[in-house]
Amino acid sequence: MDRPRTHRLRLRRAVAAVFAAATPLCLAAAAWADEAATASADAAANAAATSAADPATAVAWINTARLPLLVALVIICGSVVAGIALARSGRPLRIRRLAALDAVDEAIGRATEMGRSVLFVPGIQDMTDIQTVAGVTVLGRVARTAAEYDARLEVPTSRSIVMAAARETVQAAHFTAGRPETYNESNIYYITDEQFGYVAAVTGKMVREKPAACFYMGAFYAESLLFAENGNSIGAIQIAGTAEPSQLPFFVAACDYTLIGEEFFAASAYLSGERDQLGSVKGQDLGKLWIAAAILLGCALATAAVFVPSLAGAAASFKAILGG
Amino acid sequence: MLQRTVPIAILGLSGVILMLAYFSPLTTSWGETVLEWFNILAAVAFVLGAGNLLAVNLEKISSRRPGWAYAAITLLSFFLMLGFGLLKVGAVPNPQHPGVHLAGNYETADSPFGWIYEYVFSPLTATMFAMLAFYVASAAFRAFRAKNTESILLLGTAFVILLAQTAAGMFLTGWIPEDSAFAFLRLDWMKVAITEHIQTAGMRAITIGIALGVVATSLRLILGIDKSYLSKG
Repeated sequence: MDRPRTHRLRLRRAVAAVFAAATPLCLAAAAWADEAATASADAAANAAATSAADPATAVAWINTARLPLLVALVIICGSVVAGIALARSGRPLRIRRLAALDAVDEAIGRATEMGRSVLFVPGIQDMTDIQTVAGVTVLGRVARTAAEYDARLEVPTSRSIVMAAARETVQAAHFTAGRPETYNESNIYYITDEQFGYVAAVTGKMVREKPAACFYMGAFYAESLLFAENGNSIGAIQIAGTAEPSQLPFFVAACDYTLIGEEFFAASAYLSGERDQLGSVKGQDLGKLWIAAAILLGCALATAAVFVPSLAGAAASFKAILGG
Repeated sequence: MLQRTVPIAILGLSGVILMLAYFSPLTTSWGETVLEWFNILAAVAFVLGAGNLLAVNLEKISSRRPGWAYAAITLLSFFLMLGFGLLKVGAVPNPQHPGVHLAGNYETADSPFGWIYEYVFSPLTATMFAMLAFYVASAAFRAFRAKNTESILLLGTAFVILLAQTAAGMFLTGWIPEDSAFAFLRLDWMKVAITEHIQTAGMRAITIGIALGVVATSLRLILGIDKSYLSKG
């Protein structure tokens, strides 16, 4: 038996084993969640009465109302860790190409040829928002390419911690590109925390300096279209990435390329090319498989409950565990 | 080496504590402590941000770079508001301590600080936000060009939703009885079908993908697999 076939068989067995283990776990958890919900309501009432009388009442180890979420988190995290383990075992990894990231070189190359700057906007949220973290990791790659091409990269930020993190990232990128002397920290600067004050400053800069490439990677709200339309009016190549579902249509309409939701989070792994990171993306896909299976199972149970009334309890419990 | 190991250790520890705090009431206070660390860092970083604002704009003015006048206006506004706020210029006296100037309220429109915020800053902000309407129109104009099948679908959907949102929707199809076999031709029926079924399904698919992406990214950071945000030290 050749090696790839062995890998495929191992993967199938692993997926089947995980499914086999998780299905009864989910059903058991669903049944348990029903009981726990009732019990925790009684317990909460009792605890309120007891704690009023005795302030030294013991605190619970675990929040039972959040236990189904914990089970789901463990399953998803387990899938990601399994993906990383599979990648480390040497399994060949194939990740779908992301046009938006492949266009990074083209956009920066164009800016270099035109002698114009590259603008990177890391959103308007602080480093506590995972989208900002994802945006800053993409900034690393953009900064490395800009350093290699000797293009001027500007990063205006709306949070001072983001400015500090962006400076670290861009400096690291210049080191990686072998051009530490071209790093200029004054190109990464803080403007204001105020949403529309920040928009006014950045769009004003865009209109005056006309950057040839604009990147919008992070958390955006009403300002997304203001940035994208201004960028469009100056003829810049625009690449956006966000996980704000309400802002995605604006970016899709006004930008050349958009990283939609999960693509945005997969971007840093995709750009790094490291096996561990690519493995985590594969694990993410495995998690998606889980969710698809749960949706199908839920649909099947709900449909079956219409014809077999005795299954109504199981369907309701399954819905309860999924937070419905 | 230490410059990369210590931040990763702090990040991993903070991530694990915040996760524990969410699921275990026993560790809730730990999570609160970690968030307090962030608030302390943010307060220090705010000084860093203000310092950077001064440095960048002063440099722009002193070297007479293009747009230096904007930098001068920025600094003037910065110091004006800082002075009004810190010194509580024209603050409304506190009824409980009328003799103590610093106990006064400086956020009402009766004080210079509140007046500038209310009558200068807020209208400027509202103006920026109001421009969105024009940008939506220009973006829609480009997006709704019927150049291929997807664009035609988009245009058709937008047309149905726009008509259904206005009185024209009821005027055109309101005469079709709601309980008839042709009720699906009513524009309000189509709008509900599109927004509550097709759009919701698509949005949920995106949201599920985002949730998985958040978990995977958080895990990469907590486990120290993704170190791209750190300098080379």
